[in-house]
This record gives sequence, C-alpha cells and structure tokens, in this order.
Amino acid sequence: MKHLIDTADLSREQAELLLHQAEEMSRAVSGREVPKLPALRGRTVVNLFFEDSTRTRTSFETAAKRLSADVVNFAAKSSSVNKGESLKDTALTLQAMGADAVVVRHGAAGVPERLATWLPSSILNAGDGLRGHPTQALLDAYTLQQRLGRLDGRTVTIVGDILHSRVARSNVWLLNTLGANVRLIGPPTLMPRRIESWPAEVGYDLDAALPDSDAIMMLRVQRERMLGGFFPSEREYSLRYGLDQRRAARLPEEAPIMHPGPMNRGLEIASAVADSPRTTIVDQVTNGIWVRMAALYLLLTNGDDE
Amino acid sequence: MKKTVIKGADVLGRGRSDLLIADGRLVETGRLDIADAEVVDADGLVALPGLVDLHTHLRQPGYEESETVLSGSQAAAKGGYTAVCAMANSTPVADSPAVVEQVADLGRRAGYVDVQPIGAVSQGLEGRRLAEMGEMAQSQARVRMFSDDGKCVNDPLLMRRALEYAASVDGLIAQHAEESRLTEGSQMHEGAVSARLGMVGWPEVAETSIIARDVLLAEYLDARVHFCHVSTRRSAEIIAAAKKRGVAVTAEVCPHHLILTDHAAQGYDPVFKVNPPLRENDDVEALRSALADGTIDAVATDHAPHSAENKDCEWNAARPGMLGLETALSIAVEALGGPEDVDWNLVAERTSRTPARIAGLRAHGHDFDIGAEANLTLVDPGGRWTVYGNELSSLSTNTPYAGMELPVTVNATFLRGNATVRNGQLTEAMGEN
Ligand SMILES: [Zn+2]
Repeated sequence: MKHLIDTADLSREQAELLLHQAEEMSRAVSGREVPKLPALRGRTVVNLFFEDSTRTRTSFETAAKRLSADVVNFAAKSSSVNKGESLKDTALTLQAMGADAVVVRHGAAGVPERLATWLPSSILNAGDGLRGHPTQALLDAYTLQQRLGRLDGRTVTIVGDILHSRVARSNVWLLNTLGANVRLIGPPTLMPRRIESWPAEVGYDLDAALPDSDAIMMLRVQRERMLGGFFPSEREYSLRYGLDQRRAARLPEEAPIMHPGPMNRGLEIASAVADSPRTTIVDQVTNGIWVRMAALYLLLTNGDDE
Repeated sequence: MKKTVIKGADVLGRGRSDLLIADGRLVETGRLDIADAEVVDADGLVALPGLVDLHTHLRQPGYEESETVLSGSQAAAKGGYTAVCAMANSTPVADSPAVVEQVADLGRRAGYVDVQPIGAVSQGLEGRRLAEMGEMAQSQARVRMFSDDGKCVNDPLLMRRALEYAASVDGLIAQHAEESRLTEGSQMHEGAVSARLGMVGWPEVAETSIIARDVLLAEYLDARVHFCHVSTRRSAEIIAAAKKRGVAVTAEVCPHHLILTDHAAQGYDPVFKVNPPLRENDDVEALRSALADGTIDAVATDHAPHSAENKDCEWNAARPGMLGLETALSIAVEALGGPEDVDWNLVAERTSRTPARIAGLRAHGHDFDIGAEANLTLVDPGGRWTVYGNELSSLSTNTPYAGMELPVTVNATFLRGNATVRNGQLTEAMGEN
C-alpha cells in the first residue's frame, strides 16, 4: 500500500491488516507510560487541510506524533475559490519540504489522486468532497468489530444524507469488503441517482429497517440542504429520519448507534439517544487515533519492520 | 498563373483521378499531364472536400495564452479543415460587428483556414436581450450562425425571438442545450460513475428537455434550429422524431462523445472534463448510429483549448473542454466503422458537405466541381499516429487522446489551391500580412 485514498481500492486482506494494525497500536501504546512509539522517527507527515476540520486534523496529528513523526500543519485555500497559488504549486512546495506522507482534506473529490500524480509522497485521504473519508470508515469498522466481533453477515444501516456523504461512500465499500450487508436509508432526494449500482440495499423507511439492523449509523444533516430543497423542513426530516428514543428501542438490544460527529441534536439524533451508553461516539474518536496510526505506519514502512 | 496537379488521388465518387488547380480553383479532372504545373504526388491518398468545423473556440480576443486565431487556424489545417466557425464566447463577446469583423480579419491574416465568426444570440451572452444579429449579418463578417454557446439560451421567450429574428437574416440559432437549473454545481455526467466518484452529476434530462422545447418552438415558428454537441441517446431520439415530422432541425456531435465515456473520469484527470460531459457507452453507441444514419448531421469539434493552469489542477477547479481540431477526422473515421472499411463519402458528408451547408459556407464542402474553389484535403487512409499534446499545433495541450494511437493521417490540406499542410507539416500560409 502506497496510498490510502479510497476504500473501494482496499482488498479484504489490506482492510483486515489495517484493522489488525490498529489493534496493535492500541495495545502497544496503552501499556506505555509515554504513549509514543519510535516507528516514524525522522519522517515528515504534512497535514494539508483545505477545509477546516479540527477533529480530523487533530486526530491525524496525534496519531503521527505518537509514532514520533515530525508533523507540519499546512492550512491552505482552495484554488477553485481563491485564485492564486494552485494545488500543483502547493504540491511542489510539499515536495520541496520532503513530505513523506501528505494527509489531505479538500472540498473537491479526486484531489488525493491529483496529488499522487505530482508528489512522490504517500497520500492519505482525510476527506475529499463528497467522495471519500477512508480513515473514518476504518475507525467505524474498528468500532463495529469491538462491539459486534466479526462483521460477516451483519447488517449495518446508514441513515440520512447519502448523496453528500463521503462517510457513507467510504463505509459502503469497506463494510461490503469486510462481509457486512449495508443498508442505506434516507429521503430519495438525498440518494445519488443510480445508487442501485452500489453494493448496498436502498430504502426510504427507517422504521421498517430498525428491527433487523445489527448497527445503525446516523449521518450528519447539513441544515443548508433544507434551503437547497432536498427536504421540506427540519420537522419533517426528524420525524421521518431522526433517531429518537422510540426508534432506538426498536433496534436489537446490543446494536450500537454510531455517528461520525459533529451531531445535530434533535435533528438526526435525539439528545437522549446521543447520550445513551449504546452510542459509540466517544469510542469512535479514540479508535480514530489507532486507525490513523495504523495507516501512517503501514503506508510509510510498508509494514516491513515490525 | 499558378498551377498545381494533384496526381493519382482516390477522388470521392470518381475513383483514381488527377486534379488540376489553377488560380485557386479546380479546372480539370481526369488523367492529366500538365507541363508547367507543380505536381503533388497523391498516390494512395484519398481526396476529401476540405473539412468544415461548425464549433471551434479560438479564444481570441481574450484568452490568447490558450489559443489565437493563428494557432487555432494552424491546428485546423493540420486536422484537414479549410473552414472553421468561431464561437462567440470570447472576451469581449462576439456580439457586435466590431468583434466579429476583428475575428474574421485575424482569420484572413492567418491564412490557414476560412474563419467564419459566429455571433452571440444575446448581448454579452447574458441571456437577456438579443445581440445585434442584423448588424452582424450585414457586416464584413457576414455572420449567419448565432450561438451563446458555453451557455444555453434558457429563457423560452428570448429563444423564441432569437429564432424569429434569425430567420429574417437567413440565420441560424445554434443552441447549447443545458437546462442550467438541472446542472447547478455539476462536474460530470450523472450516473453510476458520478455516484461512485462523489461528483455532482449533469443529468441527461438537462439536455433533452431543452432540445424538446426548442424543437417545439422551431416547429411552432417554422424556424431553423441547430443543436450543438448532442451527447445522449434520448437527444438523438428526439431529433429523429422531429426530423420525421419535418421540423427544420440539425444537430452536431463531438468526436469525444463518439469514443469516450464517463468512465474516463475515474482517475479525476480534468483533461476528461467537458461540457456536456462524457456520457455512457449506450449513448456512444446511439450517437454513432445517429451519425451514420443522418439523424445527427455533422461532426463538430467543440475545440476548446485551455491553458495548463486551467487543466492541470483539481477536477472541480478545471475548465471544461478538450482540444479537437487535429484529432476529429481520425475519431470520426473510427466512429463511422473504422479505417478498414470506411465509407469516405459518408465521412465527407458529415465532416464537410453538411456542416458547410448548415453554416452557409458556399465555397466549402462541395465535390470537386469544376470551377469551384480548391478547398480540399488529402488523407492517408492507412496512416496511424500517436497523439502527444505538445506535438499539436494548438497553443494548449488538453487533448483527451494523449498517448492513443489513432487511424488516418492528414497528408495535405489546400485552401484555395494553396497547400496549408504538405506531407503532414504546416506550410507558410498565404495570409494577408
Ligand atoms: Zn457548448
């Protein structure tokens, strides 16, 4: 593995290796007084964020530092918005800095591929437009494994704005690769056209999907989508697609409730549900660090110097 | 008097023949031995009427770093063209006699092809008020085609008036069919690939709904309408039905829509970003047969040069458009059955005669008639070439065929009897400067 750009490119072997490595990272660090491994000493990891995302950036930064890498945070403006320095100029700057890995977040799909054509570094996609967010999907899968054991044959229901969700896209392919059944539920206006070509079931009725879901993943709804006319009102959205206590009670008892955060309490998820012990939201944050450590480690060492 | 004999070409419709050109016109055909003429050995070459492009973006005035009238004319000549229609979306917009005359004049001075300016339909391409179509028609540039290409004439009332007004100057509206509300934010064809790649889709119904509307308007007004760069199976079906009913509709298809699909977007390389976008295999097949059976009248390049900054970037930031002039003939041959058993008469029909007729370019697109201007192209039917962006004559390099091997090479192009291309190389043109 040179890059981690799209979960659809991961074989089952590679996906399992990443998850296994994440577990190793958690074990290795948890036993230590100073939670730090020397594995990437002398390596430079650049966080190249064209979109603000303190959560994701901090998680990658923490992961890199725990592996003793040097971290450079490079906040940049998108050239599509801001004329001037182009993405390619930025890539050339990073090359001059000798970046071993570039963690990139950008509002446009495909930016990681473009960087990979210009740069010799390993590229980690930390979210590109509507396309992908592979480490989020990996941390979700890791969290699901913690709760459910193996994912083979398990049904994971993803609810909400599938159309604009890179989290959903990355999860569909990764979970499918790991043997799970993926079910997508949301308003029809927030489903991509030709979604039937995805390895997932599609439905519009959340209530019907609850009883046989082994896990449920609620997606964040952007309030602007209402102004864009994707659904009539917040009230209607939360009535039809919000996870309230009544609905949560219809899930199998041990089914975890996931959310990539940040949440709109009262819109896609009720506060009482968000705060219940069935949610994995805090675990997801912790697991994000192990997964990102695993990804950085495997990409930068080819996993060969264990 | 300058005389040229083209010896032994396979001349459309009459087999192996020699062509005698004097003072820019074809004066004799048959087996000829003319003592004082320059001889062009055309053994094994096919002689076609010079190609005519209905849809070229020359970028001058305004974007001379991407293309100029001169560089675009050279690219056209290399591609076998003797005339190109220059789209109006320059800066300033070609919406006045001054701009269209400037473009025509630059074309004359370059001297590689006849550059026929297209006038804008609306002032500034803003879609509000009609441009001075009558003035442009009467100007030295003799504008007959009008288009807001790059943008759709969306307002149905403006489109109605444009169709009515154009008829009074023997003009034609060329519509870029795109219902812009349905394509807001779009980056590529809407389908399984866009869903997968996380890009906002350009649904085919944005094209077909405008085509259907404009067919009905043209029928109602008894006017002519031409559709630019038709890209979907359904569009071809609507046009076929309109023609069957006798509506005066014509249509063009671009080479890239005859060979590439939305799968090309998978690596996010913006060289494949174009508007309308690359569609699906089913559309490609439908467009090929619509071109073959005449539902679609012409191949038009939509030659759209862009500088490296606008293409060697992220997909979303990239401008849509591809180079087309130097590769169009090869792709057309490929799409019409391949070089092995190509119907050259059909190729001539779709790339020269019909586009010349649509654009009203009387000196082009005729079949070696005695007395006609000698605008013709010699093609090596067995030639093959590999495309490299930096070897093309365009100032830009955004060709989607880079590295591809294509059939058929242009050996020579003659504009009014003067070779603009000889042995595949540009000559010094006979421009007016
Ligand atoms: Zn157009």
